[in-house]
Amino acid sequence: MTAINVAVTGMNAVPDNPGAGLAVARCLREAFGDRVRIVGLGYDALDPGLHLGEYCDSAYLLSYPSSGAEALLARLSEIHESEPIDMLLPCLDAELPLLVGLAPRLAEMGIRSYLPDASQLALRAKDRLPELAETAAVGTPETLAIMHPDFFRDCGRKGWEFPLVVKGVFYDARVAANAEEASAAFRSIAAEWGLPVLVQRWIAGEECNLTAVGDGTGALHGEVMMKKRAVTARGKAWAGVSINDEDLAGIAHRLVAALKWKGPIEVEVMRDTKGGYHLIEINPRFPAWIYLSQGVGRNLPALLLALAFGRETPPLAPPRPGMLFLRYAQEIIVPLSSFEALMMAGRSAQESER
Amino acid sequence: MEKANSPIGQSVDLPKPEVLMRLALSDNGFVFDPVAGNSFTVNGTGLAILRRLQHESDLDSIVASLQEEFEVDAMVAERDVIEFAGLLRNAFK
Repeated sequence: MTAINVAVTGMNAVPDNPGAGLAVARCLREAFGDRVRIVGLGYDALDPGLHLGEYCDSAYLLSYPSSGAEALLARLSEIHESEPIDMLLPCLDAELPLLVGLAPRLAEMGIRSYLPDASQLALRAKDRLPELAETAAVGTPETLAIMHPDFFRDCGRKGWEFPLVVKGVFYDARVAANAEEASAAFRSIAAEWGLPVLVQRWIAGEECNLTAVGDGTGALHGEVMMKKRAVTARGKAWAGVSINDEDLAGIAHRLVAALKWKGPIEVEVMRDTKGGYHLIEINPRFPAWIYLSQGVGRNLPALLLALAFGRETPPLAPPRPGMLFLRYAQEIIVPLSSFEALMMAGRSAQESER
Repeated sequence: MEKANSPIGQSVDLPKPEVLMRLALSDNGFVFDPVAGNSFTVNGTGLAILRRLQHESDLDSIVASLQEEFEVDAMVAERDVIEFAGLLRNAFK
């Protein structure tokens, strides 16, 4: 049987803010073994996932999303000519607007995807979250889009008391305790992710996350929930434990039903000290902790592949709270020739070149 | 919070029964909340009280049961339950 070629982005498995690509590839490898061939896609020759041969059978560099849709399509076409891609599974938020728009043209080329449409994607954007939250009867902290850090000089007088959360439109969220911290966060986030920058009221409590797959009809499949137990300096999970919170699951079901979401999704909520839930973010992709789904018997990337190819979906284990994931840092040894091939040709070295 | 009356008539606030019921208790004192994802450790006395609270909300019965197992007088057992209830309230706000 011929292996399915799945191209997976987000191979930047870096410690402070990892992309989900490597974890997705690991899930697919463990579900399908050699029946799947994984094409790792990244933006930097130092993205660790691109060099991990056990998960990525080949690797290519892409043009940055800021180069635009046509540049991305041209690059994907080149890769597709080199080795036909059966399915593209994007794992980075910034790619989604481009790839959603390109999906019909990619499909014409024979590259399938399993993504929301542009309107669904826009509805869950951070700056439109209150609208969606109201539709789905979920609380959400007030959020404001700002264009200048001067806002923080007298924000208390406008009713925005510290601490506040300063967020990028695509990524990054930092809790600021005062105007100085908030201004520094604004500048850093604006430099990396552009304007506007979002300011969100801070909720005291515990963050819980849910990931699942929507099938486009409003149904949610295979939800896996996690409570962070240790975080990096940027608030990303370094350790977590699976939970089974029916209230959180209910929120996710209502959101996905309201969106008629298609594709992977991550729902982030804060549970306040009185047990109330506040929607913080909806990410249009699998999270970096997606390997936990394999750990609890609900391999969601495998489920996604089955849905995308119209095949029978794999059985899902009942919710299994109490499974921990712990990240760790480890070095891989990479010959200069592999690094050179990615740097100079934008693709991993062929077998003959290694 | 659930209220229960102690044998001397003192009101004791306890977390909701469904919260106590869902806790996974290990014999070594490790406690895991499968909904919140938090874990705790309790000593032998705490474990004995938690096990009873999972099935019993009447403090008279709990104190009597603790007296029987630990051979302590009612005042000591009741004080331990009230003190532990305070810890539970903080843990399950």
